[in-house]
Amino acid sequence: MPAKRPNNPARELLFGDLWEYDPAPETAPAHIAPQYGLFINGKFTAPKSKKFFDSISPGNEKKVSEIALANGADVDAAFAAASAAFPKWSKTPGAERGKYLFRIARLLQDRAREFAVAESIDGGKPIRESRDFDVPVSAAHFFYHAGWADKLDYAAPGRTLAPLGVVGQIIPWNFPLLMLAWKIAPALACGNTVVLKPAETTSVTAMKFCSILQDAGLPPGVVNIVTGAGDTGTNIVQHPAAAKIAFTGSTAIGKFIQRTLAGSGKKITLELGGKAANIVFEDAPIDQAVEGIVNGIFFNQGHVCCAGSRLLVQEGIADEVLRKLKMRIRHLRVGDPLDKNTDIGAINSRKQLEKIQELVKSGVSEGAEIHQPACRLPKRGFYFAPTLFSNVSLSHRIAREEIFGPVLSILTFRTPEEAVEKANNTPYGLSAGVWTDKGSRILKMSTELKAGVVWANTYNKFDPASPFGGYKESGFGREGGKQGLLDYAQIA
Amino acid sequence: MAVQPPRTLRALLTEIGPVDQVGIEERVAKYTTRSIKKASKVQALKLAVSMVDLTTLEGKDTPGKVASLCLKALHPHDDPTIPSTAAVCVYPRLVKHAKKLLRNSPVKIASVATAFPSGQAPLETRLAEVRAAVEDGADEIDMVISRGAFLAGELALVQDEISAVREACGPATLKVILETSELETYDNIRAASFLAMRVLRPGDFIKTSTGKTSSNATLGNNQVMLDAIRDFYLETGTPIAMKPAGGIRTAKQAIQFLIAVKETLGDAWLNNARYRFGASALLNDLLRQLAKEKTGAYQAPYSFTEASGSY
Repeated sequence: MPAKRPNNPARELLFGDLWEYDPAPETAPAHIAPQYGLFINGKFTAPKSKKFFDSISPGNEKKVSEIALANGADVDAAFAAASAAFPKWSKTPGAERGKYLFRIARLLQDRAREFAVAESIDGGKPIRESRDFDVPVSAAHFFYHAGWADKLDYAAPGRTLAPLGVVGQIIPWNFPLLMLAWKIAPALACGNTVVLKPAETTSVTAMKFCSILQDAGLPPGVVNIVTGAGDTGTNIVQHPAAAKIAFTGSTAIGKFIQRTLAGSGKKITLELGGKAANIVFEDAPIDQAVEGIVNGIFFNQGHVCCAGSRLLVQEGIADEVLRKLKMRIRHLRVGDPLDKNTDIGAINSRKQLEKIQELVKSGVSEGAEIHQPACRLPKRGFYFAPTLFSNVSLSHRIAREEIFGPVLSILTFRTPEEAVEKANNTPYGLSAGVWTDKGSRILKMSTELKAGVVWANTYNKFDPASPFGGYKESGFGREGGKQGLLDYAQIA
Repeated sequence: MAVQPPRTLRALLTEIGPVDQVGIEERVAKYTTRSIKKASKVQALKLAVSMVDLTTLEGKDTPGKVASLCLKALHPHDDPTIPSTAAVCVYPRLVKHAKKLLRNSPVKIASVATAFPSGQAPLETRLAEVRAAVEDGADEIDMVISRGAFLAGELALVQDEISAVREACGPATLKVILETSELETYDNIRAASFLAMRVLRPGDFIKTSTGKTSSNATLGNNQVMLDAIRDFYLETGTPIAMKPAGGIRTAKQAIQFLIAVKETLGDAWLNNARYRFGASALLNDLLRQLAKEKTGAYQAPYSFTEASGSY
């Protein structure tokens, strides 16, 4: 047992304005068109619905672009194009398909800065993250799957892989470009064609991506992108030509998709919500754990399905961890997503902001103790200060429901067994984190935690080669790695 | 100060907590993505100038070289808004020459003592060297710890020697060089930081390196030591100062180190009583960047010398 590290709460450090960072806005042009049609059969086309809706920037609530609202006829057209392209694309040699994927990856790298700025304007995430994470990792997914395209014979030894056909893909608003890459890259590597719908609030980078597909010379119809809201998604899910539906989003919609497709024999992969436990043992490297906790919950404003939103900390160090967390969040910089020094950007939409506010209110009224740093939030736009809740019990709503915002619930435990039990006491099972200096404990915990991903002494690490996906109500199927690839193929 | 030294390194680490290498390097990588511009940059550059311990530690040092170093420290540039450096740092034999020029000036005289850089001399010899340097007018003493003893597990010996040097310093400020590259692991650096801090006075320093080994100050070992200083301060109320030394050659690097200070220890450490840079080439790059901020253009290369030894 480590000796209890003494704390004197009277002493404080001064994080003032002696040396302020000046605004450092990213100024590269994002090249966002005033209006985007649908991308069907290799061309931008006007929607048959003749309707458009506004996409606004959550950072300042200004209109960014007009996005086409696809109706049933538009979705039909997209599936028709994808079905027409399938026979030729699926017979294109893997090495040739790989070339297209490599080209897409390189074009994305060439235009990385432009895409990062567009992603931050449209979605509200800080430019530091879109520049250093979203765009490079998106390109990495295309590179990785480009490598698989001509090696499919070796993905499942002794068996052969065949493409499924046209896959319908629906992606969320938290990582618009990255989720697009996760979906499109393995589908194309396996020889499928695609109809994809980005989220209603974040369609811009998907539409910009279409110009990369054109520049890469991808045959028309191989990838079709239709924009719209829930009805458009329903049209995709129910479309008879879809051989598979891949969905990332809320558990409620995931259940709807499963009900809709029950008995159809169609393949489904679902990557749904989470309420991940981040477990800190007494012997953990505390400062690095604090950093990991911060990264786990405040990365992308907490709009991460695998966010470490439940902190489980061993009782002996609970006070020290809370104290260090409070100190750490005092110098997180909340504000303009385009400022290079911003750590926490804008909440993606007013609707999401209201949901976060509602859940935080419930946390306070259910008796948890709230901690928020004094930080100035911009007047316009959707912002929420980083928030900690201590004295949380497992029955609180903030410990059970996915908040999808910068809000951390802190619980304590006494023994490893209790930690596992509390961590697994959730309908979800997407991810978990373990912080300890003891290697054997990491291995034991990783087998006992019911979560698709368990990070040890780190958090929110993603690699195209590493499969990602959940247990229980967090969904099924994997994305990334060989496992994710096989979910886009028939294995005979 | 009666301090009970820990029996073993393991016991000490259990008490103060370990460091995760991957985690700390990720943390410091974030400092390098901060973008410091305009007025904020000018402020940082001037602050960094005021924190420099302008150093010459060569076998070929002469009174003449030390004199030009002192003049540079007093008056780094024509621009009157640029402050003098915090100190000059020289070998003990040259302290009296520096004293002639720096008497009654704000620039302090620091001297490396204790058989710098190896520390491999009898304790009495090392203490005598410290006393001689202080007698000649050194305001600050930079000592090295016995890395051999630390690695052999003789923690009490290491701590006792630091105490002895502190006594020998008298009124002079003490800077304890851990020589991080020879301690190798972040766990060791954290442990050595605590060993030293527990016998230091408020305002004494812990310092990364001698500048005489292959790797010197890095954002990583700087962060481990800043974290240790913060934990120690919150625990005891004793503020210990910090000096990264060696390897910080550019203004850009210096600003990244200052970001680490701002975000770890806060405003109370953003001054030259609590934070220093042990450097020689750094000063001219800071001046070059300040001139560039003022005029909007980089000056010709011959306006500032590149060689660290030519002031």
